[in-house]
Amino acid sequence: MAVEYIQPEYEVVRNQERCIVCRVCERQCANQVHEYLKDSNRMVADDSKCVNCHRCVALCPTRALKIVKSPHTFKENTNWSGKAISEIYKQAESGGVLLSSMGNPENYPVYFDKMLLNASQVTNPSIDPLREPMETRVFLGAKPERIERDEKGRIIRSLPPQIQLSMPVMFSAMSYGSISYNAHESLARAAAELGILYNTGEGGLHEDLYKYGKNTIVQVASGRFGVHKDYLESGAAIEIKMGQGAKPGIGGHLPGEKVGMDISRTRMIPEGTDAISPAPHHDIYSIEDLRQLVYSLKEATGYKKPVIVKIAAVHNVAAIASGIARSGADMIAIDGFRGGTGAAPTRIRDHVGLPIELALASVDKRLRDEGIRNRVSIIAGGSIRSSADVVKAIALGADCVYIATAALVALGCHLCRSCHTGKCNWGIATQRPDLVKRLNPNIGFRRLVNLLTAWQHEIKEMMGGMGINSIEALRGNRLMLRGVGLNEKELEILGIKHAGE
Amino acid sequence: MNILAHQLGFRALNEKIRNSSEDVVIEYCYGERFIGAGASGKTITINGTPGNALGAYLDGAVIIVNGNAQDAVGDTMNDGRIVIHGNAGDALGYAMRGGKILVKGNAGYRTGIHMKEYQDKKPVIIVGGSTGSFLGEYLAGGLIIVLGMDTEDCPVGYFTGTGMHGGEIFIRSHKMPRSLPKQVCAGPATESDMNRIIDILAEFSETFGFTMDDILSKPFCRLTPNAKNPYKQLYTVN
Repeated sequence: MAVEYIQPEYEVVRNQERCIVCRVCERQCANQVHEYLKDSNRMVADDSKCVNCHRCVALCPTRALKIVKSPHTFKENTNWSGKAISEIYKQAESGGVLLSSMGNPENYPVYFDKMLLNASQVTNPSIDPLREPMETRVFLGAKPERIERDEKGRIIRSLPPQIQLSMPVMFSAMSYGSISYNAHESLARAAAELGILYNTGEGGLHEDLYKYGKNTIVQVASGRFGVHKDYLESGAAIEIKMGQGAKPGIGGHLPGEKVGMDISRTRMIPEGTDAISPAPHHDIYSIEDLRQLVYSLKEATGYKKPVIVKIAAVHNVAAIASGIARSGADMIAIDGFRGGTGAAPTRIRDHVGLPIELALASVDKRLRDEGIRNRVSIIAGGSIRSSADVVKAIALGADCVYIATAALVALGCHLCRSCHTGKCNWGIATQRPDLVKRLNPNIGFRRLVNLLTAWQHEIKEMMGGMGINSIEALRGNRLMLRGVGLNEKELEILGIKHAGE
Repeated sequence: MNILAHQLGFRALNEKIRNSSEDVVIEYCYGERFIGAGASGKTITINGTPGNALGAYLDGAVIIVNGNAQDAVGDTMNDGRIVIHGNAGDALGYAMRGGKILVKGNAGYRTGIHMKEYQDKKPVIIVGGSTGSFLGEYLAGGLIIVLGMDTEDCPVGYFTGTGMHGGEIFIRSHKMPRSLPKQVCAGPATESDMNRIIDILAEFSETFGFTMDDILSKPFCRLTPNAKNPYKQLYTVN
């Protein structure tokens, strides 16, 4: 009974009239889809190996290739989709947990696409960002309750440590191991050029990248890989990873075969050994325990570095965030359920967590209601796709956003969602030297700088249209948002009015 | 330098320790946390009971506790030596990468959780009394020794070595630990195994005044990860 055969989702279509049999496609495909037939002097493709990453399509010199969705179908059934049936075949064959990568692709509402921004007309002049100064700088960190002055009336400057960003965007955590060295270098250099921060993820920091320390967030996760005094000292901020939007409640496991010499050095474990990050921090079972880790990091670094606590957006996110704000953390990073990952169980990725828009709005409201919003900055992540998403997130109450998938797309990722195979043809989610060198960090860093420079211009234009000349004046300014097609409960949670109101 | 801890609170106390270039003796210590966080190049002697996260990220300093210690001693310790002339709390040596922790008495749950080794660094924990459950959980490298000097029972709790994928655990006992998970292989320590740990046993005996005859009066069993039954999930690419 050959039910293990699953018809491929895509077909590689080759225009034989255009094909000059240069064999570029064959050399470029790490999945070995393309093959040269000597006898007939032509190329053929095995569709079943194709992941639809477009590498061959993009490099074909005669535009002879395209990848199309296969018209092959199961008998139509709204309940039993082809995907549901195929997944059962795979599990019946293997007995394994389904493994996927990147963010949740399922059909849940995208609230960013159901909110519209305001603009000024007649009564409140809009601002031309090319002519007028527009401030997109933000300062992240705990802010004092009130301004205090000495006897001569001068402001007493005793601010907790702050991070200055040129614009409210940072690159979120992706470890060296999950992505390539060249991808990491591109992110680090772009962060330095842009005046923002990137994040090491839980894989430690490569020695060549220590020089970008003031643009680096160093992460501390449950496995504590690569965490030592110099690492903590080297970054501008320290992030405690409690959870990740793509896989809330799940730990990480980098198999030993992916721990080569370089990765072994940054993670500080022997070559070829498994790197297991347990799902929980086993020393943290309460907010009091979290406070202990926050303060142990502050003590180890002399209170010079702000501490971020990153959590996945889950059902009680507002209450959890309130606890974190009281734990001594300087910032909370909230990661929505569409956030990406190098590998996650499919069921977790697709069925656990909350949309970032709702989580962000409820956290911001809860902290305001409790009078502790000033104690922490809020960083929102989990699928910020454009400058419009950034502006909407700020208006919902974020101080700044984290982007990762968007950054990888800028580096060439085509979202084929096959990171877990380690055979990324674009040189991003792989450690194979022949693939890694396809990503040139000189070009990669420039493309990231271009992307965020463009976003910054767009952010200024949207702000100008609203008559706002400082991003700080937009934060939590929900009057600038209106919902379309949302029900009353959704509007209530987002804290916005419906369009037309 | 002598510091009276009880008048200070942890933040001021630790600032004094950080700023001191010489060895430090702390008197009247009543649960002040984070003592010696990230410290290197000095000896910190504590007369009293230090609080949680003693010697977190320790980077080469020596800490001597004349009393009991609490939870999370030596969290993510990189190098150095911690000697506790009493008992220690839970999660002793969490994710420790190098250095040694010697405890005269008992240690709590999750002792040596996620310890790992790297290049020339091989962390060591030796406990004179008993430990709680989940000893050596997720153990990835290094050496844990539990002596049970004051008990006839097996001196460890349940689920020893859950998720263990590296390192080794020695337990001085006539009886095997209870309910070992399937990722762990257990057997009597051989002569060559014992030869590898004899120096650390001698160091323990010297530090706390036990005789070697006493320490070696019972057999040791040795736990290692079971390569045939690794700790991992079976995945299917989707």
